Amino acid sequence: MIFLKLFIAFFEIGLFGFGGGYGMLSLIQGEVVTHYNWLTPGEFTDIVAISQMTPGPIGINSATYCGYTAVHNAGFDGGMAILGSVTATFAVILPSLILMLLISMFLMKYKEHPLVKAVFSGLHLAVVGLLAAATLLLMTRDNFGTINNPWQFWISIFLFMATFIGTKVMKINPIRMICYCAVAGLLLLY
Amino acid sequence: MSNIYWDSFKTFVKIGMFTIGGGYAMISLIEAEIVEKKKWIEKSEFLDLLAIAQSCPGVFAVNISIFIGYKLRKTRGALVTCLGTVLPSFLIILLIAMFFHQFEDNKAIASMFRGIRPAVVALIAVPTFNMAKEAKIQFANMWIPIGSTFAIWLLGVSPIIIIIAAGFGGYIYGKYIKPTI
Repeated sequence: MIFLKLFIAFFEIGLFGFGGGYGMLSLIQGEVVTHYNWLTPGEFTDIVAISQMTPGPIGINSATYCGYTAVHNAGFDGGMAILGSVTATFAVILPSLILMLLISMFLMKYKEHPLVKAVFSGLHLAVVGLLAAATLLLMTRDNFGTINNPWQFWISIFLFMATFIGTKVMKINPIRMICYCAVAGLLLLY
Repeated sequence: MSNIYWDSFKTFVKIGMFTIGGGYAMISLIEAEIVEKKKWIEKSEFLDLLAIAQSCPGVFAVNISIFIGYKLRKTRGALVTCLGTVLPSFLIILLIAMFFHQFEDNKAIASMFRGIRPAVVALIAVPTFNMAKEAKIQFANMWIPIGSTFAIWLLGVSPIIIIIAAGFGGYIYGKYIKPTI
């Protein structure tokens, strides 16, 4: 029963997918490509590329794409395939939904407790480090190009600086800033 | 009557639609929309939330939306914001899966994303500085954020380990070293 299998596989991915997007990738690959053979390695690479180019979290994107493709490849029609992507997407968010609801309930109740406050004062310091590390880890060739292609490289650096100053100093809305950069990319990096 | 369910749904659809390059990029968007514009949660609470969302399994963006939804209108609020975050990417990917298999070969779309990617990195850099101000970093505890950064960036330590260690450290500090805070 492919729907049940989809549900179980993506529930597991949602439950054990720590570390957000890219941490989840190897887990998804293991289930979907190696274990169940729902997608070929090439199709999986396509999903990664599409996820980088479309909005939305990569965990959701791959669940939606996989749910559709797996059911479609199993010989069902389009309507059933859409149901497949609903199943997989729902399954991947269900663990977060349950866990986050429990944590939210707990926190609303005990957030004034001195020990809970102490724990969070430690966490606050670490989160700053987490964000700094995330920024540094994304300073890659994939995102900025290389010095061998100076045109793209310096435009990328410029867009980085413009977005930094634009959102931090000039308080431009981040969504508007993303749109500006999309237009800049279309005009300058085509 | 302005409906808080509809309002929060719309806000998270907007956030879900512009989350490009993973959950971290959403931090700037959420800060602008929810902390500054709508004032649904405070800045210090936002920091708590980042720590929680990071240490829970699952999709970072969805975890954040569930917490805020719960804060606004309990479980029903959480379902609404969660649906809002997921819906845009669900619909877009469904259309791609159905019709456009060659999506990534489109040169115009590819060039737009070459412009967006460096911007996304900057959107993650900005909250780093904002959060640093909010976290009350002093000379005595400066080693914690700096050490965490290098542990993750250069040594490849999992962020979850850092979060657990920091939470545990805060507990020890609050219980045995300076029990009054």
